[in-house]
Amino acid sequence: MPMPIPISTPPLLEARGLTKFYGDRLGCRDVSFDIREGEVLAIVGESGSGKSTLLSLLSGQLPASAGEVLYRTRAGEIRDLAALSEAERRFLFRTDWGFVHQDAARGLRMGVSAGGNVGERLMAVGARSYGAIRAKAEDWLDRVEIDPTRIDEPPTAYSGGMRQRLQIARNLVTAPRLVFMDEPTGGLDVSVQARLLDLVRRLVADMGLAVIVVTHDLAVARLLSHRIMVMKQGRVIEEGLTDRVLDDPRAAYTQLLVSSILQP
Amino acid sequence: MNAPLSPQTAPAATGYNFAYLDEQTKRMIRRALLKAVAIPGHQVPFAARDMPMPYGWGTGGIQVTAAILGSGDVLKVIDQGADDTTNAVSIRAFFQKTANVAVTTRTAEATVIQTRHRIPEKPLKAGQTLVFQVPIPEPLRFLEPRETETRVMHALADYGLMHVKLYEDIAKHGHIAKTYAYPVEVEGRYVMDPSPIPKFDNPKLSMSPALQLFGAGREKRIYALPPFTRVKSLDFEDHPFEPTRFEAPCALCGATDSYLDEVVTDDRGTRMFVCSDTDHCEERRADGHRGLLAGDDLVDTITREADVERDDGAPIVPLP
Repeated sequence: MPMPIPISTPPLLEARGLTKFYGDRLGCRDVSFDIREGEVLAIVGESGSGKSTLLSLLSGQLPASAGEVLYRTRAGEIRDLAALSEAERRFLFRTDWGFVHQDAARGLRMGVSAGGNVGERLMAVGARSYGAIRAKAEDWLDRVEIDPTRIDEPPTAYSGGMRQRLQIARNLVTAPRLVFMDEPTGGLDVSVQARLLDLVRRLVADMGLAVIVVTHDLAVARLLSHRIMVMKQGRVIEEGLTDRVLDDPRAAYTQLLVSSILQP
Repeated sequence: MNAPLSPQTAPAATGYNFAYLDEQTKRMIRRALLKAVAIPGHQVPFAARDMPMPYGWGTGGIQVTAAILGSGDVLKVIDQGADDTTNAVSIRAFFQKTANVAVTTRTAEATVIQTRHRIPEKPLKAGQTLVFQVPIPEPLRFLEPRETETRVMHALADYGLMHVKLYEDIAKHGHIAKTYAYPVEVEGRYVMDPSPIPKFDNPKLSMSPALQLFGAGREKRIYALPPFTRVKSLDFEDHPFEPTRFEAPCALCGATDSYLDEVVTDDRGTRMFVCSDTDHCEERRADGHRGLLAGDDLVDTITREADVERDDGAPIVPLP
């Protein structure tokens, strides 16, 4: 999915030398990269390669053992995430960022209706008009291809693919600039996966989102991302444009990964 | 040693400190109260003592009352608005015995009013203190089970979740269905549980000249509204807060502006609605106001039923 990205803009998020140890055990080591608006970065690797650790570090949910994450706020300031106060971090999380979990039950309030799920962020930033919140929720359900007449049903009444789309709507309703996705298509069947990926691609293009997507599925990476980082045992072993990495893998491990995809 | 205590062997108040609690405990509670008054709506932890009654009977309110009571105070205790229910009678007797304070049922005469689930109908005045018994002080409890998390939410004024609850109510029922313990926002900052008072009473919380103290014994929390604190019931712009309204006036005193209790009068579904604030009702009747079922002129009422008028001039709706 080639798309020109202006290199002149300063990065939205920049990671420098990110390292995390759990006691003696390595989470991830010396990861550096940057990402700009409109760019999709895939982090691939097998289970235990440090992908999820990296995502938690980037989103400020885990403190790093070393290194830093710099973020350019809407005001244009470059801020170190570790130096943000809890209030600022939460504000970022409910306005400027989104987080799509693999397990929709973690990203949604399962006891609350779809409309309430989508509206939560709006209400958290001060929306106090029921009609406006509901209209916006309906609009977003429609945009993620959920029938707006099902707005009052709880996510428990939704299928797996719908839950995942609802999660996306809930995250995008405040027009964030950066979205983290942790295995967004995990556990979905192939046709549902394809629809979801299509949807994400369209929304990313429409909204100019920066997306960091963690996946072990190279097909997801190829469809969604502009760039790929391959991780193994907590380190980045290969990095580059998606097509280059997948068509001409350099590292032996990447070659193994690529060759393990079933070719139709 | 195991001889049962009789009133003769345990005379009033001997062996106890004034108002039951020891001075160090009262001091601890007063510190918590001062902090609570300084930060309206903020829950202050305090080391609640075991009281000689079970949790849920007002142990928090009693400790607050004990801590603020002086020998010159006049105490009134109400339970659901009534001065004569078990809870109110017991607590009143407890302080008569342990503090030997004057007690009253008249709202206007009381300096300290301990209450369970109501605010008196008669407007409170400066110098009076209202002490609420609170079962669950945390308004976010059933939305977010983690106490660590609710504390952070209060600290950061992160109250979006509270509105999600109200949103859900409107989506499900077409209106905000909460009728008691209706959450309020205090001075634009803390969201507070006003204790299980009916939402009818919520407007009385705001800008009250009286000091309002809230004690939760089991949960070990104290919070407060100093006099003239702005208290706003949470709502949406297009679904504003509405206090409960009643169709019929009080059957005894004819009041149309008070909170009414439903009383079942037989086993065939006959009911009457009467003021929940017994003092208010009695005072009105003493002033000559009469409702449809006021006993002394019941016969008279029935004969006049067809053309009788309510206190406010509106025609009466006969009870089913």
